[in-house]
Amino acid sequence: MLTKRVIPCMDVKDGKVVKNYQYFTPLPDAGDPVELASIYNAQGADELMFLDITASVEGRKLIIDLVNRTANEIFIPLTVAGGISSVEDMHRVLRAGADKVAINTAAAWNPDLITAGAERFGSQCIVVAIDAKKETDDWYVYTHGGRKPTGKRAVDWAREAQDRGAGEILLTSIDRDGTGEGYDLDLLDIVASAVSIPVIASGGASTPDHFVEAIQHGADAVLAASMFHYGHYTVSQAKKRMSECGIPVRL
Amino acid sequence: MKDSSPLIAIVDYGAGNLHSVTRAVEKAGGTPLITDVPEDLAKADGIILPGVGSAKSAMDFLVEKHIDQEILNQVDRGKPLFGICLGMQLLFGENEEGPTKGLSILPGRVALLRGRTKVPHMGWNSLNIIRQNPLLEGVEEGSYVYFVHSYHVVVDQEPDIVVSTTDYEGAIVSTVARGNVLGTQFHPEKSGDIGIHMYENFMRIVRGEVPIT
Repeated sequence: MLTKRVIPCMDVKDGKVVKNYQYFTPLPDAGDPVELASIYNAQGADELMFLDITASVEGRKLIIDLVNRTANEIFIPLTVAGGISSVEDMHRVLRAGADKVAINTAAAWNPDLITAGAERFGSQCIVVAIDAKKETDDWYVYTHGGRKPTGKRAVDWAREAQDRGAGEILLTSIDRDGTGEGYDLDLLDIVASAVSIPVIASGGASTPDHFVEAIQHGADAVLAASMFHYGHYTVSQAKKRMSECGIPVRL
Repeated sequence: MKDSSPLIAIVDYGAGNLHSVTRAVEKAGGTPLITDVPEDLAKADGIILPGVGSAKSAMDFLVEKHIDQEILNQVDRGKPLFGICLGMQLLFGENEEGPTKGLSILPGRVALLRGRTKVPHMGWNSLNIIRQNPLLEGVEEGSYVYFVHSYHVVVDQEPDIVVSTTDYEGAIVSTVARGNVLGTQFHPEKSGDIGIHMYENFMRIVRGEVPIT
């Protein structure tokens, strides 16, 4: 039986893992991404994600280097997100050893990028990241870290991304991200039932029970950063809990 | 030296990322050679057809570079060939993706995954091992491996070539083998330690340490 995936995400700035969402106290230096990646791998992570939050050119080079070093050591799928805005950017990280790229802002403003990426590298490489915010009647897509509205409904954009060749949707609730209150389950319900490609839940998880809820609301995979990063739970503890709740996981 | 570290030609379709396949070959004790020229296939001790890109563009590329014929020649001479994901699908004939026609080394066809809730089939799924094969030596029944694919192999005749299946709202063929020709629908290079073990098994086959069945 196909198992549900647990994906630890590492926020990387200038080659180092950082995490400083408002809800949690940031650690001064969380150290080497490759080392952390290998710890997560040993704990049973099903995939890994690097979210590059670097703004500088120098930082961009560092992410290529660490993708390369990680892919040399760890034989599970690796996704790179953040700052990917062209087919050439995709090519660079894939060539360095990433298996997938997640595109967000660039895709929302230039949907042809999804099509171009899928045609060149295959749909399985292309994850479309959707940052959604609840407004009075519905969820809408925002870009630039949740600051800029696109006017698109999240569910419409998810369908369009699928039609354009996305292999997967990474669905983040802006309202829940960093709160630790759990994923936005209503958002998951509507998006997961609207598409036939896998949906990764993101934004708000702080306990393994949040993973369980997300899966029960249609997620195929769950992504978390702080929960693992601060050592509140290990990946293996989370998967054990999911298994106890009857969710198929790779133990 | 050749015996201790066999030369493995990894066919480059010009499409995608061969990084993990290359590193997995090294990790398993082989010497990888990424190539798109037929002469390298003749020189190598074993050949890997990796799983990147689309079936039609991959086949068009193989034909254009005359690699298709060289693969058939080398297989006839008994050289081990390992197809991974799309590479396994290319071992068969009629292929709905494109549509195109594969290398037709093994009997069967390739069809879109139909009637499943989610396509692609993406993630870790388990192996139902049907028969012993050197490629899966030491791999336990129920082991989890990583899949990502939208098409799958359908074997109508010669069911004996199916080594394992995997349940995805119905059984899909996950490992095939006939003599020196081997294939996995999943990505062993993305399947952690158990996947690296399969690469090591392939090296043992290439070195002639185990009889091929």
